[in-house]
Amino acid sequence: MKKQKKAILALEDGTVFEGRNFGYEGEAYGEVVFNTSMTGYQEILTDPSYCGQIVTMTYPMIGNYGININDMESGKSQVSGFIVKEYSKVVSNFRSEESLGEYLKRNKVICLEGIDTRKLVRHIRTHGAKKGILSTIDADCKRLIKKAKASPSIVGVDLVKRVTCSKPYKWTEGPFFVDKEFEKSKEDQLKLFDAVHKKKHYNVVAVDCGIKFNILRDLVFHGCTVTVVPASTTAEQILAYKPDGVFLSNGPGDPEAVTYVVETVKKLLGKIPIFGICLGHQMLGLALGGKTYKLKFGHRGGNQPVMRLENRKVEITSQNHGFAVDMSSLNDKKVIQTHINLNDKTSEGLKHTEYNLFSVQYHPEASPGPHDAAYLFEEFIQRMGQNPVTKQGEK
Amino acid sequence: MPKRTDIKKILLIGSGPIVIGQACEFDYSGTQACKALKEEGYEVILVNSNPATIMTDPEFADCTYIEPVTAEMVAKIIEKERPDALLPTIGGQTGLNVAVELAESGILAKYNVELIGAKIEAIKKAEDRMLFKAAVEKIGLSVPLSFAAYSAEDAIKYSKELGFPVIIRPAFTLGGSGSSIAYNLDELKDKVKFGVEASMIGQVLLEQSIIGWKEYELEVMRDLKDNVVIICPIENFDPMGIHTGDSITVAPAQTLSDKEYQVLRNASIAIMREIGVDTGGSNVQFGINPVDGKVVVIEMNPRVSRSSALASKATGFPIAKIAAKLAVGFTLDEIPNDITKYTYAAFEPTIDYVVTKIPRWTFEKFPGADEILGTQMKSVGEVMAIGRTFKESFQKAIRSLEIDKYSLYWSGPKPTKEQIVEKLRTPNCDRLYFIREALKSNFSIDDIFNFTKIDRWFLSNLKELVDMETVISAAKKNKKALPGVIKEAKQFGFSDRYLARLLGTKEKQIWQFRLKHGIKPVYKMVDTCAAEFEAFTPYLYSTYEEEDEALPTKNKKIAILGGGPNRIGQGIEFDYCCVHAAFALREDGYEIIMINCNPETVSTDYDTSDRLYFEPLTFEDTLHILKREKPDGVIVQFGGQTPLKLALPLFKEKVKIIGTSPKSIDVAENRKLFGALLNKLKIPQPENGTAHNLKDALKAAKRIGYPVLVRPSYVLGGRAMEIVYDEESMVNFFKMALAVSGKHPVLIDKFLEDAGEIDVDAVCDGSTTVICGIMEHIEEAGIHSGDSACVIPAFSLAESQLATIRKYTCALAKELKVIGLMNIQYAYKGDIIYVLEVNPRASRTVPFVSKATGIPWAKVAARVMTGKKLKEMGITKEIQSEHFSVKESVFPFAKFPGVDSVLGPEMKSTGEVMGIDSDFGRAFAKSQMAAGAALPVKGTVFISVKNKDKRNIIYVAKQLVDLGFKLVATDGTASLLSKNGMEVLQVKKVGEGRPNIVDSIRNKEIDLIINTPTGKGPKTDEYHIRRAAIVSNIPCITTVAGAQAAVNGIESLLKRELSVKSLQEYHFKAKLK
Repeated sequence: MKKQKKAILALEDGTVFEGRNFGYEGEAYGEVVFNTSMTGYQEILTDPSYCGQIVTMTYPMIGNYGININDMESGKSQVSGFIVKEYSKVVSNFRSEESLGEYLKRNKVICLEGIDTRKLVRHIRTHGAKKGILSTIDADCKRLIKKAKASPSIVGVDLVKRVTCSKPYKWTEGPFFVDKEFEKSKEDQLKLFDAVHKKKHYNVVAVDCGIKFNILRDLVFHGCTVTVVPASTTAEQILAYKPDGVFLSNGPGDPEAVTYVVETVKKLLGKIPIFGICLGHQMLGLALGGKTYKLKFGHRGGNQPVMRLENRKVEITSQNHGFAVDMSSLNDKKVIQTHINLNDKTSEGLKHTEYNLFSVQYHPEASPGPHDAAYLFEEFIQRMGQNPVTKQGEK
Repeated sequence: MPKRTDIKKILLIGSGPIVIGQACEFDYSGTQACKALKEEGYEVILVNSNPATIMTDPEFADCTYIEPVTAEMVAKIIEKERPDALLPTIGGQTGLNVAVELAESGILAKYNVELIGAKIEAIKKAEDRMLFKAAVEKIGLSVPLSFAAYSAEDAIKYSKELGFPVIIRPAFTLGGSGSSIAYNLDELKDKVKFGVEASMIGQVLLEQSIIGWKEYELEVMRDLKDNVVIICPIENFDPMGIHTGDSITVAPAQTLSDKEYQVLRNASIAIMREIGVDTGGSNVQFGINPVDGKVVVIEMNPRVSRSSALASKATGFPIAKIAAKLAVGFTLDEIPNDITKYTYAAFEPTIDYVVTKIPRWTFEKFPGADEILGTQMKSVGEVMAIGRTFKESFQKAIRSLEIDKYSLYWSGPKPTKEQIVEKLRTPNCDRLYFIREALKSNFSIDDIFNFTKIDRWFLSNLKELVDMETVISAAKKNKKALPGVIKEAKQFGFSDRYLARLLGTKEKQIWQFRLKHGIKPVYKMVDTCAAEFEAFTPYLYSTYEEEDEALPTKNKKIAILGGGPNRIGQGIEFDYCCVHAAFALREDGYEIIMINCNPETVSTDYDTSDRLYFEPLTFEDTLHILKREKPDGVIVQFGGQTPLKLALPLFKEKVKIIGTSPKSIDVAENRKLFGALLNKLKIPQPENGTAHNLKDALKAAKRIGYPVLVRPSYVLGGRAMEIVYDEESMVNFFKMALAVSGKHPVLIDKFLEDAGEIDVDAVCDGSTTVICGIMEHIEEAGIHSGDSACVIPAFSLAESQLATIRKYTCALAKELKVIGLMNIQYAYKGDIIYVLEVNPRASRTVPFVSKATGIPWAKVAARVMTGKKLKEMGITKEIQSEHFSVKESVFPFAKFPGVDSVLGPEMKSTGEVMGIDSDFGRAFAKSQMAAGAALPVKGTVFISVKNKDKRNIIYVAKQLVDLGFKLVATDGTASLLSKNGMEVLQVKKVGEGRPNIVDSIRNKEIDLIINTPTGKGPKTDEYHIRRAAIVSNIPCITTVAGAQAAVNGIESLLKRELSVKSLQEYHFKAKLK
């Protein structure tokens, strides 16, 4: 067996893990977090919300089904580093085009395998997400710990500017179907939906704070014409597109550091139907006068139960966030909590009694994860057919 | 939604005896359901005919009916108890089918009983293959092309469209009963006929073959608010074409991307909704074409199943328990997750380990059985193993099987290339070992894939294991590299045994080497959430990593070693004993550590013990746990032969084994020492000897005189045990016995012909011995005690004989210094009582005796083992039962076409039932009904007996005539009966032209068969008669004693209709006296 190069993870609190590298060689900093999804490593790697983070997969065998072009969530791998228990050199899947290892090398991602990932996860769970460094070039643990300590914190840093697009573009691609025939029911449903909602093509401007492709695919699937604009786009510029609705995307890092988007959103309130996901939810929360705070180790995985308060039903959701909206900080009585996390009761969704807007903290576009919340896209379509402001109160 | 208050009394239907396809997983689910409903304050009425279940312990239900699980008997229970609701989804296919019958016959409506969990429409939609197909297609999903057929003619017509091979699936059956694959028209005709007969509604589905596709199963739960969650995706290692119960399966799914997995998830949820299963667990099976990802839905079970038991153990999510709570109106978001205590049942477990399940087959018990695996399940049990990688969990699963395999190594003769190809091509229970042989012979992964259609991902992982073997062997000479290599090998799941083999040393040396280099397992928790939340239930597995989460306590604690996989001879009865020990000692304040690897059992429910180690029961794996936990005592006498075999090796490692000492256990097994002991006590035993080779065996047999009983030592269930009548047979049989016996000698006993047999269970605390029960066998000695029917109280023994038995039992217990349970088998011939065998451990009959007497003997024994005295517990004398309890065995012959159903000293039954009533005849009749062979009360009896039995059968035949039966017989027996003044219709033997007796049986002109075998070997007339009886499901009695009992039963049935009575009523009455 060929000897793999050693790799070391050092955390700011002095914890060290030694294993093997299966990706690119070098050194990388980031906040060390974990994701509990058993499938979907490719979507996770390419999700821009992971910018600035070293992601640990709790599922121990990763790489089994390789990498394929259709499951990308952005143009490249976004994580700072990637940690698994065992990297599967063997790939077996009819859609696989490349092995995970090759992909990570090509994308210059530093990786670590062969460590007790459960120990690392339990450490993060107990002590919170930590700054860390992943290195294949420096074997001096003490020095690495020092470097980890000195590395920049994720709090207060605007990571959005690192992942947003540089200029506006149109998105036209729809969702990918693994087995078209088997999934035709979905299309049938959509036809029905189209028949109900006469207008087929709403114009949507999507503010890209690190948007996942699948959100765009879902919008197209629901008949939207989508223009993606950089996060720095102003409210006036957005309205100049004459959109039927504005979408606020997911994105990485501390929401309170992304002040310019919050300002933009403030100006859009009541002017146009708005839908926010993840960071977009936090942007709305801040724009409506609330605060956000950092969670101990965040929610990252595909099994988070969310209760929709309207009908008290539970959705199993895909989540990826380290910050949350503090609902108690929102004094505005017009802001309504629509969804909560069943486990820790944190904010998962809001709407406004006057403005035509709504947002969720989790990911209805899934990818990876369950599709239980797909109805939210339909809700957005419905809202785009309505006024931006309702005087009667709740809509 | 809170729980319903409009229902108060709920009836649960259990799954009856253990059969292939329906094993103790339904005791696990039923027990959970009982507990969950009682916890919520409902009155629980339970019916199950299987006494060896935990669910039928009187404390688990308010009224426990050990009665036949048939619509007729359950209707009587409903009439008597008037439950408000019936939960049909926890008792397997049997429970579900009975519920359907009750609904359709109008019983439920008549008594106003509501079906909860699944409504009749939903059950039918899921179970009727045509309705299911229509439902699935309605929601836009694909199913394999298929047609419903009711006859061979239908089948021929449809086969043109389907092409060959064709899959034949009977509607409403379990474990794929009657299902098969036909490769040509002739096969199609035969197999469709078989399938139509197996189906409750005479319907089979002919299906396009998708053999070789990947197979997946999803466990789904739904509540009344329509919240739906997936508990676990399971991927089959073996492709489509092999019954899931016979497939190696792995959780979670390994080779699906998220997009592909979500397709299955969405489809499962949509199906659950369309079929309309209101609440509870269901499982949905899919096939995926590995070439293009095309998905088809195979089937759905609208109830908890073997797979849901596996998924529960694999994830820590108790499906059956939650299903029961959902059925009474709770919703998933209201039920807390036991393990985290912080989250709720409304979530999807995520796991951070890999689970492998491997089935356990017992083809060695059924010479002549077709060993090729297909769409009908043939395995009798399974093991599950947990590891952090597939490789580790897979290798742990192999050694959990307890088939003397500790790796992929094939110990048989080196196969040729052609043999390897053959073994790869046709699915069989040794296929995985031949994958290694193929890899060793330089077959490529693609070659092996083409032969097996096992996914390349699995094959490549196996290749990594085979490649690792080379690295290990090479490290032998490299002292510096060795610790590193061994550590890596342990992470790959290699056993010490196999490492020793590869390195040319002893297991013990590998152990010591490892410990010297600090290579020890750590224990990780199964927590449903991949460590995202803190877990509070120590449900643990071993792996070779850094952090250990076991954190043993300083409490007073007892470890119990379980029984491992179910197999014939060692099944649920032993798990029952282990569970009882856990319950009793937990009550006494001990912390209980359970070690077992069987996912179907109650013992591996994390609720049963304080700490559960889901680990292989090998010396290495158990010793690691015991060294880590340092329990105050270890119980090895309750789990059957599996832990008993570990007794001496563990004892030598200074493990504190409590109860009867391993030395005494050895004395009982050791022929010489035991003989001396009996001589000392002046207890007679049949003439006997031992032999290590054929020459000695022949010599011993000659001295003793034929016939002799030949058997290996240290085995359970009469493995390789036979009555040998002459030298020639001895030459033929001895080799096999020796192979099974290994280094232990083969035992040769005088066989006592026509002797009666008695089983005695007793408990001893060192000073007092109390007899739990004296069970008289219905069949004569010579039929394995696990296969014969028996009765409490003894019905034909004289008081003097019973006194002798009691005297011997006490003397043996005292001499062997038994602390705990012991089982003795006696034979009586004339006035002499012989001791056949003494086992100073829990026996198969303990649950039956406990249910018959109302005393939980395993609990009593467990307490004795921790130092309590029988007197303290108020247990001082034998219970004199007022009622009769009959235990009858249940056989898997229907699953093995071509196998003769004749009984002998090798055990063949998979399970047992119990019949209780006020007189012997009624109790016997109930036991027959429960075993699926209800005695007829009118009609025609076919009699054919060997010469020796002719004299004794006359009286039986006369009685039958008096009871109104017509008699049919072939030549010899016919003339005997007419000579004795009976009217008898003579039929042709098989060789005498047609129509013959087999035709009569097949045409259902016969209602009861009495056929005592001459033992002339296979393919004789009697073989055909017995096979025809099995296929046509006609009761077939093979001993005169059995026939006499049947007559008693029929007589009782004719006198008065059967009635039902709960265990609580029986024992309440007993206590009052």
